[in-house]
Amino acid sequence: MAKSNKPIFWGLFAAGGTVTAFVTPVLVLLTLFAAMGFSPDLFTYEHLRAFAHNWLGKLVIFGVILVSLWHAAHRLRVTVHDFGVRADAVVAYVVYGIAGLGTLMTFVYLLRI
Amino acid sequence: MSEERQIQLEVLRYNPETDSQPRYQTYTVPCVNEWVVLDALNYVKENLDPTLSYRWSCHMAVCGSCGYMINGEPKLGCKAFIHEYGDHIRVEPLANFPIERDLVTVVEDFIAKLASVKPYLIPKEDKPISAGEFRQTPAELKKYKQYTLCINCMLCYAACPQYGLVPEFLGPAAISMAHRYNQDSRDGGRDQRQEVIATDEGVWECSFVGACSEVCPKHVDPAGALQQVKVASTIDWYKEHLMPWVKK
Repeated sequence: MAKSNKPIFWGLFAAGGTVTAFVTPVLVLLTLFAAMGFSPDLFTYEHLRAFAHNWLGKLVIFGVILVSLWHAAHRLRVTVHDFGVRADAVVAYVVYGIAGLGTLMTFVYLLRI
Repeated sequence: MSEERQIQLEVLRYNPETDSQPRYQTYTVPCVNEWVVLDALNYVKENLDPTLSYRWSCHMAVCGSCGYMINGEPKLGCKAFIHEYGDHIRVEPLANFPIERDLVTVVEDFIAKLASVKPYLIPKEDKPISAGEFRQTPAELKKYKQYTLCINCMLCYAACPQYGLVPEFLGPAAISMAHRYNQDSRDGGRDQRQEVIATDEGVWECSFVGACSEVCPKHVDPAGALQQVKVASTIDWYKEHLMPWVKK
Protein backbone atom coordinates (compact mmCIF):
# COMPACT_ATOMS: atom_id res chain seq x y z
CA MET A 1 0.00 0.00 0.00
CA ALA A 2 1.33 3.37 -0.95
CA LYS A 3 1.33 6.25 1.47
CA SER A 4 -1.48 8.70 0.89
CA ASN A 5 -1.18 12.15 -0.64
CA LYS A 6 -4.09 13.40 1.45
CA PRO A 7 -1.73 15.26 3.82
CA ILE A 8 -1.52 18.09 1.22
CA PHE A 9 -5.21 18.80 1.56
CA TRP A 10 -5.50 17.81 5.18
CA GLY A 11 -2.59 20.11 6.10
CA LEU A 12 -4.39 23.08 4.52
CA PHE A 13 -7.65 21.90 6.10
CA ALA A 14 -6.14 21.74 9.58
CA ALA A 15 -4.35 25.08 9.20
CA GLY A 16 -7.53 26.63 7.79
CA GLY A 17 -9.62 25.28 10.64
CA THR A 18 -7.30 26.81 13.20
CA VAL A 19 -7.09 30.16 11.43
CA THR A 20 -10.81 30.49 10.73
CA ALA A 21 -11.68 29.50 14.29
CA PHE A 22 -9.82 32.60 15.46
CA VAL A 23 -10.23 35.02 12.57
CA THR A 24 -13.76 34.39 11.27
CA PRO A 25 -15.63 35.26 14.51
CA VAL A 26 -13.69 38.52 14.70
CA LEU A 27 -14.55 39.36 11.08
CA VAL A 28 -18.22 38.55 11.69
CA LEU A 29 -18.23 40.77 14.77
CA LEU A 30 -16.55 43.65 12.94
CA THR A 31 -18.98 43.32 10.03
CA LEU A 32 -21.90 43.41 12.47
CA PHE A 33 -20.46 46.50 14.14
CA ALA A 34 -20.04 48.19 10.76
CA ALA A 35 -23.62 47.26 9.82
CA MET A 36 -24.85 48.92 13.00
CA GLY A 37 -22.99 52.07 12.12
CA PHE A 38 -20.13 51.57 14.51
CA SER A 39 -16.85 51.29 12.70
CA PRO A 40 -13.74 52.61 14.39
CA ASP A 41 -11.37 54.82 12.51
CA LEU A 42 -8.91 51.93 12.15
CA PHE A 43 -11.30 50.09 9.85
CA THR A 44 -12.10 52.83 7.41
CA TYR A 45 -11.71 52.06 3.71
CA GLU A 46 -8.48 54.06 3.39
CA HIS A 47 -6.84 52.26 6.29
CA LEU A 48 -7.83 48.81 5.06
CA ARG A 49 -6.69 49.66 1.55
CA ALA A 50 -3.36 50.83 2.89
CA PHE A 51 -3.05 47.53 4.77
CA ALA A 52 -3.71 45.59 1.56
CA HIS A 53 -1.24 47.79 -0.29
CA ASN A 54 1.62 46.74 1.92
CA TRP A 55 3.38 43.49 0.97
CA LEU A 56 3.15 42.07 4.46
CA GLY A 57 -0.54 42.97 4.52
CA LYS A 58 -1.05 41.25 1.17
CA LEU A 59 0.70 38.15 2.48
CA VAL A 60 -1.50 38.02 5.61
CA ILE A 61 -4.71 38.47 3.59
CA PHE A 62 -3.59 35.88 1.04
CA GLY A 63 -2.70 33.41 3.78
CA VAL A 64 -6.01 33.79 5.60
CA ILE A 65 -8.10 33.47 2.42
CA LEU A 66 -6.02 30.56 1.07
CA VAL A 67 -6.30 28.33 4.11
CA SER A 68 -9.95 29.28 4.72
CA LEU A 69 -10.88 28.36 1.14
CA TRP A 70 -9.09 25.02 1.24
CA HIS A 71 -10.49 24.29 4.66
CA ALA A 72 -14.03 24.88 3.39
CA ALA A 73 -13.36 22.80 0.28
CA HIS A 74 -12.11 19.79 2.21
CA ARG A 75 -14.87 20.10 4.83
CA LEU A 76 -17.43 20.13 2.02
CA ARG A 77 -15.85 17.08 0.39
CA VAL A 78 -16.06 15.09 3.63
CA THR A 79 -19.58 16.34 4.39
CA VAL A 80 -20.80 15.31 0.95
CA HIS A 81 -19.31 11.86 1.60
CA ASP A 82 -21.03 11.72 5.00
CA PHE A 83 -24.33 12.56 3.32
CA GLY A 84 -23.94 9.42 1.24
CA VAL A 85 -22.72 10.74 -2.11
CA ARG A 86 -20.31 8.09 -3.40
CA ALA A 87 -18.43 10.07 -6.03
CA ASP A 88 -15.40 11.21 -4.07
CA ALA A 89 -13.14 11.86 -7.07
CA VAL A 90 -15.68 14.09 -8.83
CA VAL A 91 -16.51 15.94 -5.60
CA ALA A 92 -12.81 16.40 -4.87
CA TYR A 93 -12.16 17.90 -8.33
CA VAL A 94 -15.13 20.28 -8.01
CA VAL A 95 -14.48 21.56 -4.48
CA TYR A 96 -10.70 21.77 -4.84
CA GLY A 97 -11.23 23.36 -8.27
CA ILE A 98 -13.33 26.11 -6.70
CA ALA A 99 -10.75 26.58 -3.95
CA GLY A 100 -7.97 26.71 -6.56
CA LEU A 101 -9.87 29.28 -8.60
CA GLY A 102 -10.51 31.33 -5.47
CA THR A 103 -6.82 31.16 -4.59
CA LEU A 104 -5.87 32.34 -8.07
CA MET A 105 -8.40 35.18 -7.97
CA THR A 106 -7.18 36.26 -4.54
CA PHE A 107 -3.64 36.33 -5.87
CA VAL A 108 -4.60 38.39 -8.95
CA TYR A 109 -6.81 40.85 -7.08
CA LEU A 110 -4.24 41.38 -4.34
CA LEU A 111 -1.57 42.11 -6.94
CA ARG A 112 -3.83 44.71 -8.54
CA ILE A 113 -4.30 46.68 -5.31
CA MET B 1 -32.00 -1.90 47.30
CA SER B 2 -32.90 -4.78 45.03
CA GLU B 3 -36.06 -4.02 43.19
CA GLU B 4 -37.38 -6.92 41.13
CA ARG B 5 -38.77 -6.17 37.75
CA GLN B 6 -39.60 -7.92 34.51
CA ILE B 7 -38.08 -6.89 31.24
CA GLN B 8 -38.75 -7.91 27.67
CA LEU B 9 -35.40 -8.87 26.22
CA GLU B 10 -35.59 -8.77 22.43
CA VAL B 11 -32.63 -10.61 20.98
CA LEU B 12 -31.57 -10.96 17.39
CA ARG B 13 -31.35 -14.64 16.45
CA TYR B 14 -29.65 -16.06 13.40
CA ASN B 15 -28.48 -19.56 12.66
CA PRO B 16 -26.90 -19.62 9.19
CA GLU B 17 -27.54 -23.39 8.93
CA THR B 18 -31.30 -23.15 9.31
CA ASP B 19 -32.36 -19.50 8.94
CA SER B 20 -32.54 -17.66 5.65
CA GLN B 21 -32.37 -14.34 7.49
CA PRO B 22 -32.02 -12.99 11.03
CA ARG B 23 -35.15 -12.71 13.21
CA TYR B 24 -35.98 -11.33 16.63
CA GLN B 25 -36.98 -13.38 19.63
CA THR B 26 -38.35 -11.83 22.81
CA TYR B 27 -37.79 -13.34 26.25
CA THR B 28 -39.49 -12.26 29.48
CA VAL B 29 -36.74 -12.00 32.05
CA PRO B 30 -37.26 -11.42 35.79
CA CYS B 31 -34.32 -9.36 36.99
CA VAL B 32 -33.14 -6.89 39.59
CA ASN B 33 -31.95 -3.38 38.87
CA GLU B 34 -28.35 -4.19 39.78
CA TRP B 35 -28.14 -6.58 36.86
CA VAL B 36 -26.41 -5.75 33.64
CA VAL B 37 -27.71 -6.82 30.24
CA LEU B 38 -25.20 -9.68 30.22
CA ASP B 39 -26.85 -11.07 33.38
CA ALA B 40 -30.17 -11.06 31.57
CA LEU B 41 -28.62 -12.94 28.63
CA ASN B 42 -27.10 -15.47 31.03
CA TYR B 43 -30.53 -15.91 32.64
CA VAL B 44 -32.02 -16.69 29.24
CA LYS B 45 -29.23 -19.14 28.41
CA GLU B 46 -29.52 -20.96 31.76
CA ASN B 47 -33.29 -20.95 32.22
CA LEU B 48 -35.17 -20.25 29.01
CA ASP B 49 -33.21 -21.07 25.88
CA PRO B 50 -29.85 -22.89 25.89
CA THR B 51 -29.50 -22.40 22.12
CA LEU B 52 -28.81 -18.66 22.44
CA SER B 53 -25.23 -17.88 21.38
CA TYR B 54 -23.20 -14.89 22.52
CA ARG B 55 -19.65 -14.16 23.59
CA TRP B 56 -18.67 -13.19 27.09
CA SER B 57 -15.95 -13.97 29.56
CA CYS B 58 -14.91 -11.71 32.43
CA HIS B 59 -18.09 -9.80 33.36
CA MET B 60 -15.94 -6.82 34.42
CA ALA B 61 -15.13 -4.79 31.29
CA VAL B 62 -11.64 -6.20 30.91
CA CYS B 63 -11.86 -8.95 28.30
CA GLY B 64 -13.77 -7.02 25.63
CA SER B 65 -15.85 -10.03 24.54
CA CYS B 66 -19.42 -8.95 25.29
CA GLY B 67 -19.91 -6.05 22.88
CA TYR B 68 -23.46 -5.89 21.52
CA MET B 69 -25.76 -3.26 20.08
CA ILE B 70 -28.04 -2.49 23.04
CA ASN B 71 -31.04 -0.45 21.97
CA GLY B 72 -29.05 0.43 18.86
CA GLU B 73 -25.92 1.62 20.64
CA PRO B 74 -22.63 -0.27 20.85
CA LYS B 75 -22.15 -1.23 24.50
CA LEU B 76 -20.45 -3.84 26.63
CA GLY B 77 -23.13 -6.20 27.95
CA CYS B 78 -21.36 -6.18 31.32
CA LYS B 79 -21.39 -2.38 31.62
CA ALA B 80 -24.96 -1.73 30.48
CA PHE B 81 -27.04 -1.66 33.66
CA ILE B 82 -30.68 -2.72 33.50
CA HIS B 83 -31.69 0.35 35.54
CA GLU B 84 -30.50 2.60 32.72
CA TYR B 85 -33.14 1.14 30.43
CA GLY B 86 -36.90 0.80 30.24
CA ASP B 87 -38.74 -2.50 30.34
CA HIS B 88 -37.95 -3.33 26.74
CA ILE B 89 -34.33 -3.88 25.78
CA ARG B 90 -33.20 -4.90 22.32
CA VAL B 91 -29.88 -6.71 21.94
CA GLU B 92 -28.27 -7.19 18.53
CA PRO B 93 -24.81 -8.22 17.34
CA LEU B 94 -22.27 -5.42 16.83
CA ALA B 95 -23.06 -3.40 13.72
CA ASN B 96 -20.70 -3.40 10.70
CA PHE B 97 -19.65 -7.03 11.30
CA PRO B 98 -21.03 -10.17 9.64
CA ILE B 99 -23.04 -12.42 11.97
CA GLU B 100 -21.64 -15.84 12.75
CA ARG B 101 -24.60 -16.90 14.87
CA ASP B 102 -27.07 -14.95 17.04
CA LEU B 103 -25.00 -12.27 18.84
CA VAL B 104 -21.67 -13.73 17.78
CA THR B 105 -19.95 -11.75 15.03
CA VAL B 106 -17.15 -12.65 12.60
CA VAL B 107 -14.12 -10.72 13.84
CA GLU B 108 -11.35 -11.99 11.55
CA ASP B 109 -11.25 -8.69 9.62
CA PHE B 110 -10.53 -6.75 12.81
CA ILE B 111 -7.93 -9.24 14.04
CA ALA B 112 -6.08 -9.09 10.71
CA LYS B 113 -6.12 -5.28 10.77
CA LEU B 114 -4.89 -5.18 14.34
CA ALA B 115 -2.02 -7.55 13.49
CA SER B 116 -1.11 -5.51 10.38
CA VAL B 117 -0.06 -2.47 12.46
CA LYS B 118 2.50 -4.55 14.42
CA PRO B 119 1.02 -3.85 17.86
CA TYR B 120 4.09 -4.82 19.84
CA LEU B 121 7.38 -3.20 20.82
CA ILE B 122 9.96 -3.09 18.05
CA PRO B 123 13.08 -1.94 19.92
CA LYS B 124 15.31 0.62 18.22
CA GLU B 125 18.30 -1.64 18.74
CA ASP B 126 18.72 -5.07 20.21
CA LYS B 127 20.11 -5.02 23.67
CA PRO B 128 21.57 -8.03 25.46
CA ILE B 129 19.73 -9.01 28.64
CA SER B 130 22.87 -8.23 30.62
CA ALA B 131 22.53 -4.56 29.58
CA GLY B 132 19.46 -4.31 31.79
CA GLU B 133 15.93 -3.12 31.25
CA PHE B 134 14.62 -0.35 29.01
CA ARG B 135 13.96 2.50 31.39
CA GLN B 136 11.18 4.98 31.10
CA THR B 137 10.25 8.15 32.97
CA PRO B 138 6.70 8.75 34.24
CA ALA B 139 6.36 11.50 31.61
CA GLU B 140 7.30 9.03 28.85
CA LEU B 141 4.79 6.52 30.19
CA LYS B 142 2.05 9.15 30.31
CA LYS B 143 2.44 9.83 26.57
CA TYR B 144 0.94 6.46 25.61
CA LYS B 145 -0.64 4.97 28.75
CA GLN B 146 -4.20 5.95 27.82
CA TYR B 147 -3.93 3.98 24.56
CA THR B 148 -2.82 0.83 26.37
CA LEU B 149 -6.27 0.63 27.97
CA CYS B 150 -7.87 -0.65 24.73
CA ILE B 151 -9.49 -4.06 25.28
CA ASN B 152 -10.18 -4.76 21.57
CA CYS B 153 -13.93 -4.87 22.18
CA MET B 154 -14.65 -3.45 18.70
CA LEU B 155 -17.38 -1.09 19.92
CA CYS B 156 -15.55 1.68 18.04
CA TYR B 157 -15.82 -0.28 14.78
CA ALA B 158 -19.54 -0.79 15.34
CA ALA B 159 -19.93 2.95 15.98
CA CYS B 160 -17.76 4.16 13.08
CA PRO B 161 -19.85 5.18 10.06
CA GLN B 162 -16.71 5.26 7.92
CA TYR B 163 -15.96 1.60 8.68
CA GLY B 164 -19.56 0.79 7.80
CA LEU B 165 -19.19 2.52 4.44
CA VAL B 166 -15.63 1.49 3.61
CA PRO B 167 -14.86 -1.98 4.99
CA GLU B 168 -11.19 -1.61 3.94
CA PHE B 169 -10.74 1.19 6.50
CA LEU B 170 -8.15 0.16 9.08
CA GLY B 171 -10.38 1.61 11.79
CA PRO B 172 -10.10 3.33 15.18
CA ALA B 173 -8.72 0.65 17.50
CA ALA B 174 -5.98 -0.60 15.16
CA ILE B 175 -4.70 2.92 14.44
CA SER B 176 -4.88 3.90 18.14
CA MET B 177 -2.88 0.78 18.95
CA ALA B 178 -0.25 1.72 16.34
CA HIS B 179 -0.17 5.19 17.90
CA ARG B 180 0.31 3.64 21.34
CA TYR B 181 3.53 1.92 20.21
CA ASN B 182 4.69 4.90 18.12
CA GLN B 183 4.46 7.08 21.25
CA ASP B 184 6.46 4.61 23.33
CA SER B 185 10.01 5.84 23.99
CA ARG B 186 11.32 2.24 23.86
CA ASP B 187 9.95 1.67 20.37
CA GLY B 188 11.61 2.20 16.99
CA GLY B 189 8.99 0.68 14.70
CA ARG B 190 7.15 3.81 13.59
CA ASP B 191 8.47 3.74 10.00
CA GLN B 192 7.16 0.20 9.55
CA ARG B 193 3.75 1.10 10.96
CA GLN B 194 3.48 4.29 8.89
CA GLU B 195 3.58 2.12 5.75
CA VAL B 196 0.24 0.70 6.90
CA ILE B 197 -1.45 3.57 8.71
CA ALA B 198 -0.45 6.58 6.57
CA THR B 199 -2.35 5.20 3.58
CA ASP B 200 -5.72 6.04 2.03
CA GLU B 201 -7.28 3.03 3.77
CA GLY B 202 -5.41 3.88 6.94
CA VAL B 203 -5.84 7.04 8.96
CA TRP B 204 -6.87 9.09 5.90
CA GLU B 205 -10.19 7.29 5.58
CA CYS B 206 -11.18 8.83 8.94
CA SER B 207 -13.41 11.90 8.66
CA PHE B 208 -13.32 12.62 12.40
CA VAL B 209 -16.93 11.78 13.21
CA GLY B 210 -15.76 11.01 16.74
CA ALA B 211 -18.30 8.27 17.52
CA CYS B 212 -15.45 5.89 18.39
CA SER B 213 -14.43 8.00 21.38
CA GLU B 214 -18.04 8.39 22.52
CA VAL B 215 -18.67 4.65 22.75
CA CYS B 216 -15.23 3.57 24.01
CA PRO B 217 -15.85 1.87 27.39
CA LYS B 218 -12.25 2.43 28.49
CA HIS B 219 -11.96 6.13 27.50
CA VAL B 220 -9.08 5.45 25.15
CA ASP B 221 -10.20 8.35 22.90
CA PRO B 222 -9.33 6.73 19.56
CA ALA B 223 -10.52 9.82 17.66
CA GLY B 224 -7.91 11.89 19.47
CA ALA B 225 -5.22 9.32 18.63
CA LEU B 226 -6.22 9.40 14.95
CA GLN B 227 -6.03 13.20 14.85
CA GLN B 228 -2.52 13.04 16.31
CA VAL B 229 -1.57 10.43 13.72
CA LYS B 230 -2.88 12.74 10.99
CA VAL B 231 -0.79 15.66 12.22
CA ALA B 232 2.34 13.50 12.47
CA SER B 233 1.73 11.93 9.04
CA THR B 234 1.21 15.37 7.49
CA ILE B 235 4.52 16.57 8.92
CA ASP B 236 6.12 13.38 7.52
CA TRP B 237 4.63 14.06 4.09
CA TYR B 238 5.95 17.62 3.92
CA LYS B 239 9.36 16.47 5.16
CA GLU B 240 9.51 13.68 2.56
CA HIS B 241 8.37 15.82 -0.36
CA LEU B 242 9.71 19.28 0.40
CA MET B 243 12.85 18.38 2.30
CA PRO B 244 13.94 14.98 0.97
CA TRP B 245 17.48 15.70 2.07
CA VAL B 246 16.42 15.69 5.75
CA LYS B 247 17.03 12.27 7.23
CA LYS B 248 14.13 10.96 9.27
